[in-house]
Amino acid sequence: MSYITAWFAPLVICVIVVTGMIRTDNVFSHFTSGATMGLKTVYSIAPSLVGLIVAVQMLKSSGAVDILTYALTPIADILHIPKDVMPLVLLRPVSGSGALAMLDRLVATAGADSISGRVASVLCASSETTFYTTTLYFSSVRIKRIRHTLIAALIADFSCTIISAITVNLFFG
Amino acid sequence: MISYVWGGMMLLSLICAAITGRMPELSNAVFSGGESAISLCISLLATIPLWSGLMNIAESSGIVRLISRMLRPLFRLIFRISPDSKAAGAICMNVSANMLGLANAATPFGIKAMGLLQDENPSDDTASDDMITFVLINTASVQIIPTTVAQIRAKYGSASPMDIICCIWITSICTLIIALIANVILRQFSGGRKCHI
Repeated sequence: MSYITAWFAPLVICVIVVTGMIRTDNVFSHFTSGATMGLKTVYSIAPSLVGLIVAVQMLKSSGAVDILTYALTPIADILHIPKDVMPLVLLRPVSGSGALAMLDRLVATAGADSISGRVASVLCASSETTFYTTTLYFSSVRIKRIRHTLIAALIADFSCTIISAITVNLFFG
Repeated sequence: MISYVWGGMMLLSLICAAITGRMPELSNAVFSGGESAISLCISLLATIPLWSGLMNIAESSGIVRLISRMLRPLFRLIFRISPDSKAAGAICMNVSANMLGLANAATPFGIKAMGLLQDENPSDDTASDDMITFVLINTASVQIIPTTVAQIRAKYGSASPMDIICCIWITSICTLIIALIANVILRQFSGGRKCHI
């Protein structure tokens, strides 16, 4: 399966470039003018990334996840979310690499085919690093008032947790 | 909003570190956070120009138009802007790249889409309805083949690493639908800019 997905990026690039060679006069100049715009984009998003990632690292190292996990245990019980998945639920919207590291440890200790391992895997695959995505996209166009974006995204993340537990219990329970 | 979330995160970490006695770790994080932000920027510096260049080719050669045309019925249902606009093209490219699991390609398309949506946004600092819808589609994440997770499961001896794929599809699609419903309901109450673009 991972052999099939390894085809995607090279194939997409070749299709784009070859079609460009057939349909336009100078592919490479189209490429470079697009790439120049890309460089400017990175330059404009760097400051907000520095600010946000420092805050995320602070939150991760402060033990906030442990405290919130403890506080949320009763809710996890009601919703049939395995207890050891809860820290991951809280970390997922904040840190992509952190969540991946935590998933790795969780699958190693709970077992790849355990209910906890499966719920954690489904959760990680079906959600995104909400805070990172939101900040990146809005700061790239200097939008400061994001209205209800974060609330709606967090509602979706929370539902994602519940639905992961439901589907795994349904298929493998 | 972002300002409050940002400040809140820092304040919360200070309080939690005081309770758990992890002040040295917190102090370290202040410095290592900046470093990891810069290393992220360096990796973006490699991928964003590459994929924005390819996007530019795909646009002038008509690939973008073709993909947008295929996604048109869904697009009409969710967004307010015209499915023929340039922003619509970038949005469709972003969604297709995400579904194929090409996160490195999806981000530049997404940033381009935000820029084009901002051109049509009457406000300088307030998000338009379409921007919010677009960001929500990205935070909900729909991926056809979840390779990363399958790799981790395979590494720890899963009998069949991909057996959760149906659970993942159902969960992703339900999450996306919930995000879009929450969006439609909440936007009535948030700011109430009557900006039908």
